[in-house]
Order: sequence, then structure tokens, then C-alpha cells
Amino acid sequence: MSRLLDVTDLRVAFTRRGRPDMRAVDGVSFWLDEGETVGLVGESGSGKSVTSLAVMGLLPRRGVRVGGRVDLQGRSLLELSPNQMRDLRGPELAMVFQDPLSSLNPVLTIGLQVTEVLRRHRGLRGDAARKEATRLLDRVGIPDPSRRIREYPHQLSGGMRQRALIAMAVACRPRLLIADEPTTALDVTIQAQILELLRELVTEQGTALVLITHDLGVVAGLCDRVNVMYGGRIVEQADRRTLFAEPRHPYTGGLLASIPRLDSAGDVPLTPIPGSPTDLLAWEIGCAFAPRCQRRLDECQTRAPELSDEGVRRLRCHNPLPLRQESTSAPTATEVAR
Amino acid sequence: MADSDPEATAGGGSAGGAAVDGGVAVAEKPAPAPGPAEVGQSLGREAFRRLRRNPVAIGGAVLVLLFVLVAILAPLLAPYDPVDQILKDQIRPGSFPGPSHEHWLGSDSLGRDELSRILFGARQSLLVGVLATTVGFAVGLLLGTLAGAFGGWVDNLVMRVVDILLSVPSLLLAISIAALLGQRLISVTLAVGVAQVPIFARLLRGTMLAERESDYVLAARSLGIRRRSIVLSHVLPNSLSPVLVQGTLSLATAIVDVAALSFLGLSGADPDVPEWGRMLAESQTFLSTAPRLAFLPCTAIVIAALGFTLLGESLREALDPKLRR
Amino acid sequence: MLRYAIRRLALLVPILLGLSVLLFVWVRALPGGPAQALLGEHGSPDAERQVRIAYGLDRPLYVQYWSFLKRTVHLDFGTSIRTNQSVTSEFLTRFPMTIELTVAALIFAVGLGIPLGYLAARKHGRFLDHASVVGSLIGVTIPVFFLGFLLKYWVAIKLGWLPPSGRSNERIIATHPTNFYVLDGLLTREYDASWDAITHLILPAIALGSIPLAIIVRITRAAVIDVSHEDYVRTAEAKGLARSTVSRRHILRNAMLPVATTIGLQTGLLLSGAILTEIVFGLPGIGSFVYHAIQNRDYPVLQGFILIIAVIYVIVNLLVDLSYSLIDPRVRVGGGRG
Repeated sequence: MSRLLDVTDLRVAFTRRGRPDMRAVDGVSFWLDEGETVGLVGESGSGKSVTSLAVMGLLPRRGVRVGGRVDLQGRSLLELSPNQMRDLRGPELAMVFQDPLSSLNPVLTIGLQVTEVLRRHRGLRGDAARKEATRLLDRVGIPDPSRRIREYPHQLSGGMRQRALIAMAVACRPRLLIADEPTTALDVTIQAQILELLRELVTEQGTALVLITHDLGVVAGLCDRVNVMYGGRIVEQADRRTLFAEPRHPYTGGLLASIPRLDSAGDVPLTPIPGSPTDLLAWEIGCAFAPRCQRRLDECQTRAPELSDEGVRRLRCHNPLPLRQESTSAPTATEVAR
Repeated sequence: MADSDPEATAGGGSAGGAAVDGGVAVAEKPAPAPGPAEVGQSLGREAFRRLRRNPVAIGGAVLVLLFVLVAILAPLLAPYDPVDQILKDQIRPGSFPGPSHEHWLGSDSLGRDELSRILFGARQSLLVGVLATTVGFAVGLLLGTLAGAFGGWVDNLVMRVVDILLSVPSLLLAISIAALLGQRLISVTLAVGVAQVPIFARLLRGTMLAERESDYVLAARSLGIRRRSIVLSHVLPNSLSPVLVQGTLSLATAIVDVAALSFLGLSGADPDVPEWGRMLAESQTFLSTAPRLAFLPCTAIVIAALGFTLLGESLREALDPKLRR
Repeated sequence: MLRYAIRRLALLVPILLGLSVLLFVWVRALPGGPAQALLGEHGSPDAERQVRIAYGLDRPLYVQYWSFLKRTVHLDFGTSIRTNQSVTSEFLTRFPMTIELTVAALIFAVGLGIPLGYLAARKHGRFLDHASVVGSLIGVTIPVFFLGFLLKYWVAIKLGWLPPSGRSNERIIATHPTNFYVLDGLLTREYDASWDAITHLILPAIALGSIPLAIIVRITRAAVIDVSHEDYVRTAEAKGLARSTVSRRHILRNAMLPVATTIGLQTGLLLSGAILTEIVFGLPGIGSFVYHAIQNRDYPVLQGFILIIAVIYVIVNLLVDLSYSLIDPRVRVGGGRG
């Protein structure tokens, strides 16, 4: 079975007047099969959102340079014209964004914002469109949908807005759905509901899902495979079980360790990753994570590691966390990061 | 005067400058958080740098400089006395001497050298423009500061007065005031000035209200510093930049408005003092025979006003803190 | 919303009262004394005495003010010194002309301004954009009378394409039931009269509308640029909607909010400019009448006209304010969950 989405060596650079290009995505490769859910994990500035925008063809036309390949079922998306991409967005590709309030047009009713998708891609009009819109809103869990259809975004709660946006995204049963931090702007109690909704929908419609997040907890619940990004490159790729059980990249280890655990002793301090995302080394010089890495070697600051394929995972690191079998007194990720 | 640490109260810039998602974060130094007295300097220097690179600003500055220089140096630049009707004998019914080697812009309807009149007209325009804007600014400053600093019923009263002034379209307002004061150039100047009061009053009041709630003001007040000193040494300097922008733009409007009122005949007819608006009014009757008599003062007015407008608008952009990179 | 409207109307009252007081004081402060002001310089002592009695000028000030107010409410503003008609009737006769002029100028400014501003925004950063910014700065500065002269001289006198002044060609037969010349021609089926009136309006409309045009171009451009960067536009693109749909329904509709407010605020400019335009083009509207009133010290006219104009101006501003709340559903419908 050929892959649904195949991203090969994607590069996105923003040109700036009088200054060198800002490379947001620096050679990213990953793939999805039909119906899979894959996580794209990283902090702000890792390039995860820009990657998704590149796949969707939503990057601005000017001031941006894109290279590499993005293939949807063998079809190269980067070579398509804007109009061709427009035809694909909705029926084949769809995206849900982070902030539901700003992502909705304040002067249009919810109903209109749903029916316009139906009209454009499924040819529905008038009553038929309205009925289908109501059904969609109901499916995503919005109570009293026939009334909500006539309401405006500001009249809905944050959770309902995000549900509405999800409804618009899945209205045409796309093959690929990208969700960029879909729950970050929502209350914690709503977050779980939205994630559950996403899971139901993708199972029901057989949609492949790219889940972009900085929260490993979200990933653990939903994703079959995980890509960890740092500084515009992927630093670790593995399936969920492997990644969580045996993270090998120090950054992944750090992310896992920084999650507060229910079973840790009450006075154990939280272990954040030292430094901030802006303490970067350019990939031309060495490993971008080196300034913050506890396992840093001299080599890490002079030569950037390549992405090595180890079968069950891919890893970009000179000095990865040891596998559990390799050392007798196996340090856990928590100890390593401290 | 004891003052709380500006860095602390103004909530210093985020460490490292949060990277926008989707971009590799560039390790930039955070912009220093502005404190009460620093704002003027840091903004000013950066603004100046931006202005220097902006062609619109340069164009405006050149025009303004030209206008001011001509106004100041008119007696030296003008080839003839603007009042002297030297070409009177050459006037025939329906025609006056046009541009020639000795008189670059020809003569006006009474035989006076047009070039000299235009040059001297710059003096009038500069003078009345600056005067009118100063009146508007001074009174507006007073009213706005009072309203903003005291709030409450003072604010309400002052703002009602401003609203009343605003309820009449500005030209009509100016006309009424000029009629009241008698038809002289000074009345027109004052009238235009009064018409500008609302803009400045609103502006100052707005800045005043915003600053009142800011941290360093609250800190100063909690230390028991008198309201007056706070206003004078902290709040006013911070309002400097929008006032500067508005002042420049208002100067442009003042020049045009005074000319408009003179055109309407409200500034009397003092034949000795060349004033662009009056020259325009006098040229109305000769539009078909000697259109240049209308266009020359018009062009002069437009150039002068344009210079200030371009300068003011680029100043506004340069001083806009939102555009600070 | 109704409460808001009532509140604003209530605020109007003290303002207009204050204005009436000012005007009352104004007439009495005029050089020469109120009687002369009301009568003109040519009044005989006899006539002066009569006016004194009629206006109660020897009674205490507050009594005078009260009768002034009463007369104002009955729309009795006295008699024009120059024409000997009642001020009110003069106003009603001439008002239609000014309205026609103002409407024509607005059509010009809006009809040209919004497309131009939109185009400039579309070509953001390129030549047309910069040109339009500078162009609108220049346009704002060029005084109405300058443009008026320019047009009058070049187009009318030199080229003879359009009439240089006046409202209509005397030789065309026309009846005027409403005194709105363009409308009248349509009503009475004297289409050549309508067309004639229109040709007489073109140049003045351009001269008067040039400044609002410049402002509308600038505001439209800024609004479209701002809106284009909003998240909901990105959502619309992500839904694969046609480009025209995104432009029309998502960008323009939201950009029109600040533009609509601006258009409303132009009324004051238009009224002021109308005075100058009517003089340059010899149009018999309120503006030129005010001008003649100034020249002839026709103070009853000035007092009456200023008050009427102020009332109209204030009411128009209020209506614009209220209409804004009609356009923006966030204000109109309001409330709901946050």
C-alpha cells in the first residue's frame, strides 16, 4: 500500500530584506499511511506549524522559499498551482487551527461557514446544505445545532467553536486531516473531549491525522507514530510505544521527564529542559540542541548529526540516551535529565 | 525624585524574545523596556533612523525646509517689492504682462510682480499656520490635560465643550469665529486655531487617561508625589510623540484652512500684505484670461501643506511603537 | 441596542442646547450690536426700533434666549436681510442642491475609493501600493478649491467637455417638483434635463470628493491588509474556497467595517467642502448662500443655517454610529458565552 502522505526533505525558508533567510524547516521527512495518526511534536519555533502549512499549500506566495517534496498519494503537491490546491483542500486535505475564536469569521453565522464548504466541494445548496450542516454540527457534539446554525462565533463557547471548526474540516471527508495544537487554547476539561472527538472521527471516516502539539500527553493518547522536531529538523521518529518506553534523543527524554507524574514523590522538583528554544546552534555548525543538552559532546558542537535509520526508529544524535539493556544500572529518563 | 525601577514596573521584555511558531528563533536581544523618561530618547533615536531611510519623509522634509527658508529669506530672495505696482502701465483691459525675463511669473492684476508676491506670501502662511496650530495646541493641551488628569465632572464638562465645538463642521466654525472677531487676518488665524482645539484636546486627554493607569504613575502616586509633578515630568513627555505627529499634520491643515478662509473673503483685503488665499480670491475673476494667477498661489499652498503632511505621516509611522522590530 | 440609541440621543440634547446658547451669544456679540446684525447695516433708526421690539432686545437676556429657543423649535429663524425671504424657506429651497452635490461626491469617492484601496492592498509592497499611499497623501492635501479651479479651467474652459458652472443649462426645459434636478428629470420624464443636471454635477463632485476619495483609499487599503492577515482568512483558504469567495465574503466584508465608519465621518468634510465647491462652480446650494451671507453680513441666515447644519451633522454622525452597530453582529447580537 503506497503511503498517503510522503514528505521528503522539506525545506521552508523565509526571506528577509537585508538579512539572511530564516530557515523554519530544514530538511524534514516523514510519512503517513491511510488512516494512521502521526504526531508532530516540538516547542514553539521548532518548525512544526510551518511544516503543516507547507503541506497544505497555505504559505504566503512572496517572501517564502520552499524546497523538497510533498506527495499526496504519489501526487506532488508543491508543483500544483494555487487553484489546483484549492480543489484539494476540503475533499483531500483539511486543517484545524489552534485558536478557535480568531479562526472563525466574526461577521458570518456558523451555519454559513459550514455550508460554504458544502457548497464549494459537495455541490449542496439551500435546504440540503443546511440539513447537512446541522447534521455535522450534531455529529461533533454541539447541542441544539439547528439553533447554533444561525448564531455567530462570539455566541459560542471556546469548545463549541473548535467543534464547529472540526465540523468544517471533516465536512468533505478528507483523506488527511492536520490538527495544529487543536486543544492548546481550550480549558483542560474540554481538551479531552475534543481529542476524543478527533479520535472518533478519524476512526469513523478512516482519515489520516497529523497531530501537531508540544504536549506529549496528547500524543500518548492518540498517535500511532511520533516525530519529534527541533530547530527545523526531525530529531527522533518512532512508533508510540517505542518512543515512550525508550526515548533515545536527549530532547525527547527531556520532554518526557518534564511532565509531572502522578506517581512521583511529592517533593520531587519538576525537571524542565534548561535554556530556551532560542538557545540555538545553527545546524550548519553542529547539533541545534547542543547548547541545552546534558549529554553534549565536543563533537556535537562541530558536526551536525545525520538522521540514522535504526529500523524501529530514526535518530539524529551523536550521543543518544542509552538503551535500557546497555547499562546495568539503567538510568531512567528522569535521572538523565537532572 | 524617588521613583520605582522602570524596568521592573514596565514589565521588561520577554527573555529571548518569544519565537513565533514556525520560525527558527533568532537570538535577538530584547528591546529595552521603556521607562518614564527613557521613552523620549530611545524612540526618538530609532524614529530618526527610520525617517532617514524613508523617501516619503525625506520628500516632506525637503518641501518643509524649502517653504521655511523661502518664508524667512523672502526679502532677500524676492526680486521686487511685492506691493509696488511697477507694471501698472503695461496693463490693458483683459490682459496683464505674462512671464518674462525680468518677471519670471509675470504680473498680477494690479501690476505687481507675481513672483515676489508668492515668495512673500510664504511668510504669511508660515506665520499664520504656526500661530493657528499653536493656539489649537495650547488650548487643546490645557483642556485635554485638565480633563484627563482630573477626570470626573471636569472631564465631562470639558468633553461636552469639545463636542459642541465638533458639532459644527470646521469650516463653518471658523467662519463664525472670524465673523465675530472682525474680518482681519488675525481673526482668521484665531478661528482656525480654535477649530483645531478639539483634536488636540481629545489627543491629550486620551494619552493622559492611558498614562494614568500605567504602573509607574501608580507607583509615583503611592509615594505621595503631587499630581502636578507627575503630569509635568512623566506623563507629558510620554505624550510627546503623538502630539508631534498631530502638530505637524495640523500645521498642514491650518495652512490650507487659513487660505480657504481668506479665499472666502474673511481676512479682509489688506492690499499691502500678500497672502496666498487672498491672491486666490482676487484671481477668481481672471480665471479665463490669466489662470496662472490662480494656480500659482494654489500650487504654493499645496506644496507647503504637502510637505508637512508627508513629514507628519512618516513621523507617525516612524514613531509607532507597534512597528518596532 | 435600543438603549444605546436612546442614550446617545439623550447626550445630543445638551450639546445642541449648548450650541444654541453659543449661537445666541454669538449674534449678540457681533460688531455693531444685535439689532444691526439682524437688520443689516442699512437699517433706519425706525426699523431698528421695530426689530428691537420684535426680538425683545430690551428685555433681559434669559427672556430673549427663551424666545429664541421657542422660535427655533418652530423653525422660525427670521428673515434674510438680503433676499427678504424667511431663512427657513431659503434653506429648504437650496438644500436639495447641496444634497445632490454631496451624494454625487460620495458616489465618486466610494465607487472609486474602495476598488482602488482593495487593489492597492492586493498588490501590497509593489509599485501600485506605494503609489497609492503617496497618491492618497497628496490627495488629502490638495484643497477643494485648487482641484476645483484646475478642473474648471482645464476640462470646462479649455477643453469644453463639461459645463464650467451652474446647475443646469437654462435653455433646456425642465420642471422641478422636488428641486432635486436629477430626480426631477426622471420623475417628469424629461430625461435630457436629468442628463443636463448630471453633467453639471460631474466636475464639482470630483473636486469635492477628492479628499474623501484619498481617505477611503487609504483606509480601505489598510483594512484589507489587516484583515488578510487574520486567522479566519487562513481558515477560509484551508477550506479550499474559491479565491473570489475568500476575497468577497471573508476579506472585504470584514474590511468594510472600519471603512463604513470612515465614510460616515466624512460628512463634516463634505459639508465644509461643499461651501467651497459651490462657490467655485457657482452652484446655488446652501454653501454658496452662506458665502453670500458672509459677504453681506446676513446674520439671520448665518445663525439659522449654522444651527440647522449643526443639527443635521450631529444627527448624521449619530446615525452612522448606530449603523455601525447594525453591521457588526458582535455589537448587534452580543452576549452568549465568551
